[in-house]
Order: sequence, then structure tokens, then C-alpha cells
Amino acid sequence: MLDTNVVVESKQYIIVTLGIEQYGIDIGYIDNIVKMQKITRVPKAQDYFLGVINLRGEIIPVMSLRKKFNYEPDEFKDTTRIIIIKPEEQSAEKIGIIVDTVREVLTLGDDCIEKVQHDQSQDKQKYVSGVGKNKDALISLFNIPNLIGEAVDKQ
Amino acid sequence: MDVSQYLEIFIDETKEHLQSLSDHLMILEKEPENSETINEIFRAAHSLKGMAGTMGYKRMQKLTHNMENVFSEVRNGKMMVDSSLVDLLFQCLDALENYLDTIASTQSEGEEDNQILVDQLDAFLNGGGSAAAAPAAEAQAAAPAADAQQTAEAPAAAAGGAEIEYADFEKHAIQEGLEGGMNIYEMRVSIQDTCVLRSARAFLVFKHLEGNGDIIKSVPSVQDIEDEKFDFHFDIAVISEKSFDEIKKLIMDVSEISDVTGRQITDISQIKVAGDDAEDTSAPAVEQTTAPAKAESTAPAAKKDDKKPAAKKEGGKEAKAVVSRTVRVDIEKLDVLMNLVSELIIAKNGLVSANGESSDNSAANQSFNEQIEYLERVTTNLHESVMKVRMMPIETVTQKFPRMIRDLAKKTNKKLELTISGEETELDRTVIDEIGDPLMHLLRNSADHGIEADAALRAQRGKTEVGNISLKAYQDGNNVVIEVEDDGNGIDVEKVKNKAIEKGTITEEQAETMNDQEVIDLLFKPSFSTAEKVSDISGRGVGLDVVKTKIEALGGDIEVKSKLGEGSTFIIRLPLTLAIIQALMVEIGDEKYAISLGSIQTIEDIEIADIKLVQNKEVINLRDSVIPIIRLNEILDIESKNPDASSLTVVIVKKGDKTAGLVVDELIGQQEIVIKSLGKYINNGTKLIGGATILGNGDVALILDVNTLV
Repeated sequence: MLDTNVVVESKQYIIVTLGIEQYGIDIGYIDNIVKMQKITRVPKAQDYFLGVINLRGEIIPVMSLRKKFNYEPDEFKDTTRIIIIKPEEQSAEKIGIIVDTVREVLTLGDDCIEKVQHDQSQDKQKYVSGVGKNKDALISLFNIPNLIGEAVDKQ
Repeated sequence: MDVSQYLEIFIDETKEHLQSLSDHLMILEKEPENSETINEIFRAAHSLKGMAGTMGYKRMQKLTHNMENVFSEVRNGKMMVDSSLVDLLFQCLDALENYLDTIASTQSEGEEDNQILVDQLDAFLNGGGSAAAAPAAEAQAAAPAADAQQTAEAPAAAAGGAEIEYADFEKHAIQEGLEGGMNIYEMRVSIQDTCVLRSARAFLVFKHLEGNGDIIKSVPSVQDIEDEKFDFHFDIAVISEKSFDEIKKLIMDVSEISDVTGRQITDISQIKVAGDDAEDTSAPAVEQTTAPAKAESTAPAAKKDDKKPAAKKEGGKEAKAVVSRTVRVDIEKLDVLMNLVSELIIAKNGLVSANGESSDNSAANQSFNEQIEYLERVTTNLHESVMKVRMMPIETVTQKFPRMIRDLAKKTNKKLELTISGEETELDRTVIDEIGDPLMHLLRNSADHGIEADAALRAQRGKTEVGNISLKAYQDGNNVVIEVEDDGNGIDVEKVKNKAIEKGTITEEQAETMNDQEVIDLLFKPSFSTAEKVSDISGRGVGLDVVKTKIEALGGDIEVKSKLGEGSTFIIRLPLTLAIIQALMVEIGDEKYAISLGSIQTIEDIEIADIKLVQNKEVINLRDSVIPIIRLNEILDIESKNPDASSLTVVIVKKGDKTAGLVVDELIGQQEIVIKSLGKYINNGTKLIGGATILGNGDVALILDVNTLV
């Protein structure tokens, strides 16, 4: 396990991969992780929304991070997962994001996270709140409100 | 006494009384002599005061007390109702509503004394009474009417007591009792107005009398008394060997009984038999009452007492007629119930589709089918029942509007008349809760901007001096339509255009090409207000766009029709139900969509050759009407399954008086579907999709919003 200092705040992150990159999602946002399932396309929606799924009677929109980041298109495999996120504490609305694999749960202390300065020129950077170090791997930590919130702002 | 558990009831009932006061004040202003209305007002004010007192809200009680004094003067004909008095009384109602709001949020009535209002009421009282009847008369008038209601009521009660009407068999029982040397008493039992468990007290009274005599009759009936359908007194006829005083003592032993009055019946002619003329009994009754009444109050007050039983009785009867057997249920519990019904329907759809997949034709399967059909009927009925429970007449929202328009008329110095029709139209409770503000906004708009301020201009345009605003609600298929119409100025298209250009909403070039309707629709853009002067009524720039957002959030839409110089009409269309609808399932390409059955008119097979082009748009001529064709596969970006077919399946849908034909690839069938929201994240800016539903096999199908397509 990681050397965590007791005095520094530490949070748990779910580590996922998109291609070769590793990303961390604050576990507090996560409602559920489900296997890939049938997605119903929603016409005229933002292109990074693949559609909606039925999760035990709930309709949940599903977003492709690969499309959002202009990566290679998704290739759905056995390891593909949909992470169900509850972006706002006060609302029950959920949203799913597709990732290639789910690796592990990691506890990262504040001391091993490097804050990322918000840089307007680098569009993608606003989706990342910091970079965590795990041994020699670097993990980009998602800024969930920015990642999800944009969908709302653009309306 | 801990009264917190009664707080909800108190708030609900106070609201009802305030509404009743407001309604009747409106009537009173128009018909100052209407004694029935005055009585009704008096009754409501009195109940309010009693309730506030019981709950320990002293300030509220004081204010209602003074209002009641004024009403009492009016009722005695000592004071004339004029518009300044009504104004003041309305202000008092507002103050009471404020109290109520404070109570609802904090359980306490707050610190506001509203001394100004109280003083003004006093001023009216003093100015209103004749010179001779100065403070003394006022105090006197107030005393029996209000403060000493209990004592004043008691003697009046005796008169009421004498009015127990007996059926023939009851008369017979009395006759027999008299012949057998028994004593018959008619008594009125009054319960302290602070008593919260009136029916329990009444029950104890009955219990105490048991074994000491028989109760021949009670008014109201025992059932009503058990249900607490009585005010603070009830009448009983008792047959007993004991003396009047003994019986009285028995009753008085029950706590919280404030008084027992009555008389002994010594002759059968003293009682009133149902159907008999009142004539022969009225004489002894009056005799009985005037004595105690006189002892307490002077002549004018006694005169009032004569009126009181009549008023009381009338009010009581009316209230009784309205009271139906109801249970107040928290709306959240209904939401839970509704969700469960939704899940049940999804499960049922799952069963139906699982069954459809098996091709087994055995007898077992046959009976399984029958059971599924049975289940289907039950779930449909269950759903309808739950929906009905959630439905409320739109009246609950509209009833505050006449008052609002009256205030607006005063503020704007215009003559306004509001007509409301279709108040009985029912809508889901959640919609009712939300629709009030948008409607109020539209009405304010009509009153402030719509109706011309210049009466001469109205006359010149051949309109009546009084500006007419109407609110119409009616059901149209699966929608409820609410129209707000005024015969005012209408929307000045040029003005809107200029304003839009000035605000940068549109460019001048755009303005050139826009037609009138498009310009009018600009009004719904955020931060767009055409009022040249910002008034405190409307025109703060947050206007119609908020109305539109709110209505769209409810799944409805709004449009406006207007003609300059003639008036405007705002048409709001709301879905009747929010959760479950009957829908036609269709297939386009390999995707499934649902279309609400309520908006479907017919389904037609159209030959390609019958499609004509008008202004480069496809139309068909169907039974003498030209209907535009919408190719859903193009709009929804789907490849059609059979693009070269020689005939098309067209679903004809309607929205108000507009129709359109939706081209689909295949019809799947009718199904009961549960509407689920897509949520706010997925951008559905075009609003083509009204929601989603879960099919029997777990797949998701999207619901097409016909209102945005047409």
C-alpha cells in the first residue's frame, strides 16, 4: 500500500483506464459500476452521449469519454465498464461514463497529488483537477463537476 | 397544552377560511347588501378567531377579532360597505396570510402586531357607528358577537334546541314517555371552544347519560358527532326519570363542557315534527330565549341574537353539505404509490413480452394468457385510480386570481373584469403546484400591458370600458389547455422587432425576413420585456421566458396569438398525466419509439404517388384537409428500413387545431408505458424526445413529443 501520512487528507479513487492513460475518479461520486449493456441512441443529443441505458428501471444517460476527448472510438470489450456517477449531492440524477477497464481502488493523500493549474489554452485540462502519483504511474484525477457540468451549461 | 399536532389541520383550515373570506369579500364589494354573504364572512372570521385563539396565536386572534367587529357592524346595518373598507379588509387578509406563512415555517406567529391595521379597523368602527352609539355601543355590539360568543350563543342555542325536528316514530316515543310520566328534555350541550377532542367529549356525554335515561335524538346525528362534524355544541333530546338539574349535572361532569341549556317538554305540542309548519312551535321557543338574552344584552344586541341562530344554522348546513368523507394524505406518499404502480406496470409488460416469446400453445399457456390479461386490466385500473387521487381541480389555483385582478385594477386605475371558466378541469397535483406562478404572470401581463390604460382609446376601438381578461381551462385529448385571453392592445410586432434589434437578440436583416408569429415568439426569449415603463406589476425583464421554462419543465408548451388593437391569447398546453400514458409503439429503422395515443388522430396508408409538394414541403390531401408530412427517419437521423416502398404508413397526429402526418416504418402496437425523464445532462435542446420508457424486455424506447414535431 501507499505510504499515507496520517495528518494529510486522503481520498479514495477508483482507477480506470482509457487506452494507455490512467484516470482517477473520486469514490464519493460513484454510485455503481456496471458492465457494458445495450445503449439506446438519443437523436440530436450531444455527440459524446451515446444514449441512455436502463439500469434497474432507471433511465441513465451514458457519455463516451473517448468521444469527448477525441480519442479513438470506443471498442466495447469484456472489460468495458460503465461507471454510474452522481454528480450532485442534492440531486438524484445520475450519469454513466464509459471506460476501458476498472483497475483498482486507491487511497491518495493530498501530498501525492499535484494540483493542475487551470489553463484555458488546454481545453482538456479543465476536466482534470490534479495528477496523482502511484509508484511511478501518473493518474489524472477527473474534475467531475467540469466533466459533467458542461453538458448542462451548453444547453 | 401542546397543540403542535394540530398545526397542520390549523394551517389547512385557516387557508380555507381565508379563501372563503376573500371570495365573499369580492362578492360583498359588488353587492354590499347581500346578507347571506355577510353572514358567511362573519362565520369564517369567527372560526378563524376561534382557531387562532385555540392555538394561542394572540396577534392573529386580535386582528381577526377586530375584523369580526367590523363585520358585525356591517351585518347590523350600522356600517356601509364601501371600497375603502374592502381594501382595508383585504389588507387584513394579507396580514393574516403572512401570519399563517410565518406559522407554517416557524410554528410561531412572529412579532408583527399589525397595529396599523387594527387601528384602522377601530377607526372604521368609530366612524361607522352613529354618534349616539359611540364606544359603548361598539363594545356592546362586539361583546355578544365576539368576545362573549359562548354566552351569547347559549341563549340563542336554546332557540336552536327547540328546533330539533322529530320524525314520527320519535314523536311517538316522546308521546309514550310523557304518558308514562317520564321527563323529556331538549338540551343544547356547548363544548368549550378550546376543546380539541370534541367528539370524545360528546361521546362521554352520551356515556354519562346512559343508564340515567335514553337519548331519543341528537342533532347532528350520532354518526356526525363521532366524525366531529359539528361546531362547539350539539342538541339532544333526552327521556329520563331524573330532574333537569340532575341531568344537567351529569353532563357538566364531563370536562370541557362549558354549558348545558334546555327546556323540559311537558306537552307533545311543544315539539316540532319534521314537515310541520314552524308556526306553532316558534312561539314557545322565542319565549324561552328572549329572557336570558335580554338579561345579557340590550335591545339592539338582542335583535342580533335573533339573527344569529339563522345565520349559524345556515352556515352550518352549508358546511355540512360540502364536507365529504376525506382523508388528508401527504403528497409524498402518493408519489411513492405512483412509483410502485409504475414498477408494477413495467413488471407486467415484462410478463407480457416473455409470454409473447414462447410459442407454446398448450392449455397451460392459454390460462397463463388469460391471467396476464386479467393482470393487465387490474394494473390499468390501479393506475387510473392512483391518477385520480392525485388529480385536483384547477380551481385551487385560480381562486386567488379574482382578488389579484381587483388589486391590479386599483393599482393601474383600469377597469378590469376577470372571467374564469372550466375551473373544474383536473390536473395532476404536481402540475397544480407549479402552474400558479406562470398563470399569475400571464394575468398580470394582460392587466398591465394588455388592457389599454386609455379608456378613450378603448372606446375608439369599439370596446367596452371594462377590460376583459378571461381564463379558460379545458381538456383536449391527453392535454389540458389553459387559455389566458385579453381584449387589450395586442402585441405590437414592430415594437417587439425594434426592441429585439436594440437588445441584440436579432439582427436587422433577420428582422426583415421574420414573419409576425416568429417576432411574437421572441417574447419568450430570456430577458425580453417590451414594457416601456417598468412597473411593480410586471416588466422586470424576467417574464415570459420564465413562464415558458416553467411550463416546459412540466412537459407542456405555450404559444401566443395576438392581433394588434384586438388583444392577445396565451395558450398553455399541459400533459394530463405525468407518469403513465397509453402509447402507440412504432418502429423507424431498427429503433423503437412511442407516440402518445392521446395525440393520435388516425393511422393511414398513403401511396407515394399521393404525396404532393407545396412550397417544397411534402403534404397529403386527406379527406379535404392538407396535412404536412414529417419523415421521422430524416428528423431522427435513422436509415429507413424500406426507403423504396410504394406506400407509407403515416400516423396522423394533432396538436390543437394543427395536424401532421408522421411517417413510420412499422406499427408495433398499443402499450401502456411509464414515462421516465432523460435527465438534464443529455442535451435534448430540440425537445424532440419527451422522455423514455422501459419496454417489457428491458429495452429502452424513446417517447416522441408530438407537440414539438407539429
